[in-house]
Amino acid sequence: MPSWFNELLDAVEAGDAFYLSCADCGASSLPPRDVCPECGSLELSEQELSTTATVETYTPIHVTIPAFSGETPYTVVVAGFDEGVRLTGQFVGDEVEMGDEVRLGVGEHDEGRYLTFEAV
Amino acid sequence: MRVNVAGAYSTKFGKHPESSARELLTDACLGALEDADVSPVEIDGIHVGNFMGELTDDQGHMGVMTADYLGTTGVPATRSESACASSGWAVREAAQAVESGTADVALVAGVEMMHATGIERLTDALANAADNEYENSCGLTFPGIFALIARDYMDEFGVTREELAEVTVKNRANGVDNPIAQYQEGVTVDDVLEARPIAPPVGMLDSCPITDGASAVLLVSPEYADENGLDAPASVVGSGASSASLALQDRDVLSRTRAAERAAERAYEHAGVAPEDVDVAEVHDCFTIAEILAVESLGFFERGEGAYAAVEGETAPDGRIPVNTSGGLIAKGHPVGATGVAQVVELAKQIEGEHPTQVEGAETAVAHNVGGSGASTTVHVLQAEGAGGGS
Repeated sequence: MPSWFNELLDAVEAGDAFYLSCADCGASSLPPRDVCPECGSLELSEQELSTTATVETYTPIHVTIPAFSGETPYTVVVAGFDEGVRLTGQFVGDEVEMGDEVRLGVGEHDEGRYLTFEAV
Repeated sequence: MRVNVAGAYSTKFGKHPESSARELLTDACLGALEDADVSPVEIDGIHVGNFMGELTDDQGHMGVMTADYLGTTGVPATRSESACASSGWAVREAAQAVESGTADVALVAGVEMMHATGIERLTDALANAADNEYENSCGLTFPGIFALIARDYMDEFGVTREELAEVTVKNRANGVDNPIAQYQEGVTVDDVLEARPIAPPVGMLDSCPITDGASAVLLVSPEYADENGLDAPASVVGSGASSASLALQDRDVLSRTRAAERAAERAYEHAGVAPEDVDVAEVHDCFTIAEILAVESLGFFERGEGAYAAVEGETAPDGRIPVNTSGGLIAKGHPVGATGVAQVVELAKQIEGEHPTQVEGAETAVAHNVGGSGASTTVHVLQAEGAGGGS
């Protein structure tokens, strides 16, 4: 993994998750951007991101990639934060439904670390 | 724009374990040249679409390879890569080259050899079209991304899996008479619902198959066609392309393909036509949900109504706007780097009146080719000679 993603994972693990906010248009985005995807401004600053988010969609994965060989089925969710960004992570828990509240975290397997969402 | 389609050809789509990218590319190109009755020595530009040759069969640099194997070494040749829209992009570049006068005779081809590796490695290679850190690292797969989109759409509009399945039922029925189609047998809604899950709500039969294949078209200027007495009834008259965020999570609405909406708007404007002028379309149905989003993005149906297009027969061969008379990606197959060209091959046949599932009086046709989860899209408008438009 590139260092920017490891830094994001470190921040999530430390309870210091962050996103990027544009000083010019107010749009929210995610690292490692230099340019605001909404307005092209270079005035982006790191802001604190909530630890919980709302499930907007999900899917149980049955056919996977080599890095997750033997781990199926597992569920991937996209969850939205109040700050205006979404993240994609693997679900930790028994069952997930649309609109569920989930907590951002970090998981690990032999192939490395990844973002998770745990049932709240 | 008016660039004539002088020749068009697709190899059989399916499994080609005894063949290779260079052999299928050569077969497709020679087929298109023979269809056009043009010698390879006339070619002055080669554009090849291929997504993942390096990962599946350890072969890149396919533009040059094509020139070499056609005996046209010395001709400018390159490869275009925009994931599954690689050869839609190649069509656009070749059409622009002819329109600008850079080339009089441009060959466009596409190929993918998807059986050259195992299913997990292939799934991994396809996932390169997504965002490696934000999507792949947590185990999200490509069918998984379309499943995320499908669930969002189904939740918003109250659409069922049975309704999605009607896309497969229609396209598999259309594939029956297409001699190049990978699947030439029909299926029922129950077959689709009972198929093995890949990433629910996407099951095996909601998905296009794994396909080897190649396609090619020969694009020429109207002047070249006239001077050489070529029979080229179909022309590319409009090209549009656009992009959206690499990762699905960054899109404003998860189940809207904005790149396709913008590409369609630009292609229609370029061609001087409107969605209601279109007689037949080949769209990028890599999954059932993808055809539904395609017919909405192309302006054939309002958002939320695309799900009922196949259910109500509106996109059937005898419907209001026939979609994927070839069988689409779901039945014809999806050798990803060949798909954009393959769509133009099918539509040229429709305009020539020689398609196995012919739409009566088809004069204006649209090809819609998507890369990634909708992050890139090309849209092309084809028309018959004298059909109007084509400014």
